[in-house]
Amino acid sequence: MTKPQEVDAAQMRARYPEVFERPASARLATPAMIVAAFAILIYGLVDLDFSPSRFFAGLSQLGWISLMMIPPDPGSSLPIYLKALGETLSIALLGTTLGALFALPVSLLAARNIVPSSILRFPVRRFLDSIRGVDTLIWALVWINVVGLGPFAGVLAIAVSDFGAFGKLFSEAFEGADQKQVEGIRASGGSALHEIRFGLLPQVLPVIAGQVLYFIESNTRSATIIGIVGAGGIGLQLAEQIRVLEWQKVSFLILMILVAVAAIDFISGKLRFAIIGRRAVA
Amino acid sequence: MTTAVSILPQQQLAVLNAAYRQAVARRRLRLLLGAVIFAAALVLAAIGAEVNLRTLFTYFGNFLSYFDRILTLDNGQRVWTDVGEWFWGWRKWLKMLGETLLISYVGTLIGATFAFCLNFLAAENTSPAPWLRFVVRRLLEFARTVPGIVFALVFVIAFGLGPMAGVLAIAIHSTGALGKLFSEIVENADMKPVEGIRSTGASWLSCMRFAVVPQVTAGYASYALLRFEINVREASVMGFVGAGGIGQELVVAIRKFYYSDVSAILLTIVVTVFIIDIATGWLRGHLFGKEART
Repeated sequence: MTKPQEVDAAQMRARYPEVFERPASARLATPAMIVAAFAILIYGLVDLDFSPSRFFAGLSQLGWISLMMIPPDPGSSLPIYLKALGETLSIALLGTTLGALFALPVSLLAARNIVPSSILRFPVRRFLDSIRGVDTLIWALVWINVVGLGPFAGVLAIAVSDFGAFGKLFSEAFEGADQKQVEGIRASGGSALHEIRFGLLPQVLPVIAGQVLYFIESNTRSATIIGIVGAGGIGLQLAEQIRVLEWQKVSFLILMILVAVAAIDFISGKLRFAIIGRRAVA
Repeated sequence: MTTAVSILPQQQLAVLNAAYRQAVARRRLRLLLGAVIFAAALVLAAIGAEVNLRTLFTYFGNFLSYFDRILTLDNGQRVWTDVGEWFWGWRKWLKMLGETLLISYVGTLIGATFAFCLNFLAAENTSPAPWLRFVVRRLLEFARTVPGIVFALVFVIAFGLGPMAGVLAIAIHSTGALGKLFSEIVENADMKPVEGIRSTGASWLSCMRFAVVPQVTAGYASYALLRFEINVREASVMGFVGAGGIGQELVVAIRKFYYSDVSAILLTIVVTVFIIDIATGWLRGHLFGKEART
């Protein structure tokens, strides 16, 4: 065994300068980025009229509002609120299902392994992208113009914005499917229909079902807010009570929304686990 | 190489076949039951939301004709024949668009800063006290579950109309969402450096600063960029309740049936969202490599 060689630090430093000393550009990059980020922040605060006096006045106002929210109390309108909550859940369920139904055929057109021609695929994908680029609330406003105020506009708004999201997700599910099973069925003499039914669908359906369930969950949240622009459900009640400053009712409605969202989260989590678990077994 | 497939005796085969059929039948029954429950829920929902299929198809025509109308100028021509007329208000819209981007930027940064301060308290492995973790987690959950626009509605009343309410609403919602994601990153961090630093007698704060933060900054920045992308969409609708941004222009155009304006503003928003998507995607890929993108 040889003794570890004594090294001269100064010599090593001279030989490998890049290890001992990072170049100035690398050392300055992070602080420069942070300074730039906060400079834009300051500019933004000034540009958006953030004055300290306004901020603190608003804060004390907010404190009063919070005090007036206690205790949450529905008054005599509990049945109306429960009905509105039911309406919200209905909007989420129907909207998601409609969106999924319409998205399924379109997603086939956007999947690389089903439509190999990129000339056909490209416009379909961009179309789906631009639908997704528009927020659900905007779709709700558009549909209110078309079908009038009410929950029906909400259903259609959620359906359209989900259509964009599902089209992309489903096509990714199709692209992610294993081709070996399809080939196996072809090798054993199956027709094209058999290939899809026994080779593709068993792989893709659990994925799709899981995604649909997840969207029902997240759409319960969206459905609570589209009422704010007049598309039915509990958001309508919430916006109204905020505008007339009935803070006890507002806090009750917010609590109701939180409980409903938590319940749906719980149920859909269980269901999704059941579906994915079955897939792992099969 | 050939392998012989052994043929099972008839009796054994029958038993296996029966077992297989039973398993398949059970699965089919379960599937059928699920489908029936789902269909029943749909019918209930349709009654609740006052929907029937016939009205859907009659209205679908209206939907298409609505798009026909928003793509037509006042003089009856298609919008793209006269882009100057179509985007007549581009100066104002660009200014509002800038305001929207600024709202989402400031909101995201404030939210990310708060989330950064709170997430170490919420993470399982770094929280100094269980009661503190419980309180911070519930707070973050509340901020995350109440939709941003509901905060905006309340803040518009407290802080007055204008972008300030929108910024604060986005900041609070982002704090909730990012706080959870950040604390999940911290929970996945390697605890050996923390032990190393604690063994030198360092305080909790220096443990976080020198052992945890270097491991997690890339993940934080990646999530914050993703959040910025989401917040741009969110900020584009904040104007609906009077909380600033381009949503204000859009809601006026939609409610007052200024058809060609609707399509012009929508197009502006969609293009901006595209550009932001691509830019943040590129930035995340560039800064943190492929693995940080998920």
